[in-house]
Amino acid sequence: MTFSFEIPLLILLILTAGGAILVKDLVPAVFILGSYSFFLALVWAWLGAPDVAFVEAVVGAGLATVFFLLTLFETAPKDTRLHRPPPPLAALIGLPLLGFLLLYAASDLPNFGDPASPASVHISPVYLENSMHDTLTPNVVTSVLMDYRAFDTLIETVVIFTAGIACVLLLRRNQA
Amino acid sequence: MIQAHDSVIVLMLGRLLIPLVQLFGLYVLFFGQYGPGGGFVGGVIFGASMILSILIFGPSASYSKVAKKVVHGDGLGLLIFAGVGGLCLIGGGEFLNYAALEIPGLEVASRRYVGIMLTQIGVAVDVAVTVISIVFSLSSNDEDSHA
Amino acid sequence: MLELIEVWLHRPNFIAFVILFLWGFYIMVTHHNLVKKLIGMYIVQTSVIFFLVAISAKTGATVPILLSGTGPVQAATYTNPLPHVLTLTAIVVQIATLGVSLALVAAIYRKYGTLDEDEILKRLE
Repeated sequence: MTFSFEIPLLILLILTAGGAILVKDLVPAVFILGSYSFFLALVWAWLGAPDVAFVEAVVGAGLATVFFLLTLFETAPKDTRLHRPPPPLAALIGLPLLGFLLLYAASDLPNFGDPASPASVHISPVYLENSMHDTLTPNVVTSVLMDYRAFDTLIETVVIFTAGIACVLLLRRNQA
Repeated sequence: MIQAHDSVIVLMLGRLLIPLVQLFGLYVLFFGQYGPGGGFVGGVIFGASMILSILIFGPSASYSKVAKKVVHGDGLGLLIFAGVGGLCLIGGGEFLNYAALEIPGLEVASRRYVGIMLTQIGVAVDVAVTVISIVFSLSSNDEDSHA
Repeated sequence: MLELIEVWLHRPNFIAFVILFLWGFYIMVTHHNLVKKLIGMYIVQTSVIFFLVAISAKTGATVPILLSGTGPVQAATYTNPLPHVLTLTAIVVQIATLGVSLALVAAIYRKYGTLDEDEILKRLE
């Protein structure tokens, strides 16, 4: 079965995502979140997405951990509240109901790994067949990202630049 | 403020590893058209090497002065990306249509190849500078801002 | 009901996505520490990106990097590259959002001295 390698990885994903919250200290929680990112990168490499696994391993397990740790060492690294009040009733009833609604719609999804699913038949074969002839680039993800859909990448670069400027305005306002 | 690290092992390993990480980042950036990689990952890895030098040697060491100068180039990556699009407009096509770049002696497919490479460099510069700038913002203290 | 359980057993990726999404949402709603809320936001974002990538898989297909330079390409032997493009954008936007949120948390700590949501709300009044 094709699922035999995935199911232990998915169980590990859910366990680390749960463990990242159930610890009291915040610094071990951030490290467990880094291991969650590594398992996610493994799942994506198994599903056939090496570009995405590369980005997630570098950004999620590397950069996110560094950002969290820098903020925690400037502020408080411990959660000081010892007794939490019980969660509100609306969350306890509403969230499982939402989960059941999402799972009830699972029968409308196409089969996993179907080459004729609706996401793979309209424009995606056109990109795969014409990428080498139009742009001399074997990596189809790069040619789609930078040539066929270059405008989206331009706007995303603007978003990243705005995030850097926003951090400077928030925290370095009084420096020369 | 982040202090320079005490242990000699960490300092020596930092001197060995930082040029290797930068070389790997440049490799991932330029070979992104033949294998996994590309502009984003190359930029993040290159930025991560500068962050490593700030974390190991402290923000006031001579190795980290390059990182402080690099932050002044904020917005250069965006200019490179939009500039390539503007060059396509000058050449006669639409915005970001790389087949209209004015490079003598190349056919249409090679022009699109060169366009992809230039925009990847633009994206990498933008991502690297933003990542270093966010780390500088997050590690500045209260005493710095009231000085 | 039995057909529904059989449908669920054939899609373990979707079940994992629903569990992670609801868990992250529950963390964002109930915990009172600001950094734990940010961990919940991170889990919600990565679960949605996981769902996007799981749509693009094809059985018996290889990675979307073309093998030979010449010859016709059969699209059914390569994984669908379009969700990967959306995913790359989404991951980098996620790290940008995380950076700005952490800068906000650091600025709140400088002004109020605590990261607990109830104490900050009390000091605002």
